[in-house]
Amino acid sequence: MSHKPEKLLDKKGLRLDGRKPEELRPIKIEVGVLSNADGSAYIQQGKNKILAAVYGPKELHPKHLALPDRTVLRCRYHMAPFSVQERKSPAPSRREIELSKVIRESLEPTVFLEYYPRTGIDIFIEVLQADGGTRCASITAASLALADAGIPMRDLVAACAAGKIENTIVLDLDDTEDKIGGADVPVALMPNLNAVTLLQMDGILTLEEFEKAINLALEGCQKIYSMQKEALKAKYVNVKEAEE
Amino acid sequence: MPTFFERRQLVAPGDLLAEGVYIAGENTYKEDKKIYASRLGLVEYEDKKINVVALKAFYIPKVGDTVIGTVVEVGFNGWMVNINSPYLGLLRASDVLSRPFRPQKNDLSEVLDMGDLVIAKIVAYDRAHDPQLTVGEPGLGKITRGQVVKITPTKIPRLIGRKGSMISMIKEETGCHIILGHNGMILVTGKSLEDEQLAIMTVHKIEEESHTTGLTDRIAQMIRKEKEKTKQEEEKDNES
Repeated sequence: MSHKPEKLLDKKGLRLDGRKPEELRPIKIEVGVLSNADGSAYIQQGKNKILAAVYGPKELHPKHLALPDRTVLRCRYHMAPFSVQERKSPAPSRREIELSKVIRESLEPTVFLEYYPRTGIDIFIEVLQADGGTRCASITAASLALADAGIPMRDLVAACAAGKIENTIVLDLDDTEDKIGGADVPVALMPNLNAVTLLQMDGILTLEEFEKAINLALEGCQKIYSMQKEALKAKYVNVKEAEE
Repeated sequence: MPTFFERRQLVAPGDLLAEGVYIAGENTYKEDKKIYASRLGLVEYEDKKINVVALKAFYIPKVGDTVIGTVVEVGFNGWMVNINSPYLGLLRASDVLSRPFRPQKNDLSEVLDMGDLVIAKIVAYDRAHDPQLTVGEPGLGKITRGQVVKITPTKIPRLIGRKGSMISMIKEETGCHIILGHNGMILVTGKSLEDEQLAIMTVHKIEEESHTTGLTDRIAQMIRKEKEKTKQEEEKDNES
């Protein structure tokens, strides 16, 4: 592991990677990158590199899991063995199983599950490179993959974290800031309906700090949402411009 | 009662389309008198109804639709047919065989086997049951020749065009016989392999550019150009 930096904020109030406290990492999103999946998306957020693929709705196997009144959403969050500095065992760890559940539950409210009874939708999230905030980036990518698969949704889901380093509330923590810093608050938002689908907190914050953090995270979600929409439409806008 | 988008503008799921006394049409939903899009597509306003023409979707069975599917399972008294949808189609043996049959004696795989392609019509479907198919009408049944291509089911109407303008143009220009399944499967049968390939190429081009304007003319041009090309090549071959 790289050595532990002493200060997370310099004299000017800039962070280790030179960002301002309320600045997002550079984000690149692409939709429809995998031809074998029904829908897919790829996101780069700072050093994070994540692929999301969606299959379905389709007949559910094993069949006994199917529900008579709605479709079953299944989600697998997985980190590649080479995604972190020390090789990670490819077997699903306790953390990955929990994150799978958390991501699934943050996407469930957006999908019209009741439209397609007796079927299943599978979401596969593969973290190729991790640098903190992968659960949020995964949700962002997975919601785009769902939209790309043509699954009816109430809204897109954009997710972003805020946290505390050296008594300052900052947006979009990376791995070092997350590990050494004071707290981390991941938030997922359905921007048009103004509904939060994920809210977690790790660490200690006062009531005021928490409010500040959550507001900052929501702002971040809105910024990510506009990038999401752009990426989703890009595929079709390009064809249109080329032809007209 | 404002609307927030122009006609044929691209919208993403969750985009607010209109507020007030509008009716939520296809691929939209209503909440608190507000209408939102539920799929990526193009908005269409028709009177008070708001539709989104999806750019990508999957096929949901509808009674009366013609579909093209693959047999995936041969059972005791029928077949399961993959109709490119979340649900498998059921084709009953009594529907295919006009004579009474006995499961002990007759081998159903002699009539239709795994991997066989069929054109069928949906006779019954609801939320609780898988769609039931029939082949008991003229033009339906096992496919023996031609090629099958798959496109997104929402683009079938575009492929037909206004009053069938697009599809009749393709048929005329390529000389192929084309059957459109509502599930996005298309059967192309032509006199030669080249004709079929030209028709398939056209279909894929339409799928890719279905959301652009002036498509029918552009496609007609493209087909003529391709035909010229093959003609020239043939002449070259004859010379040498």
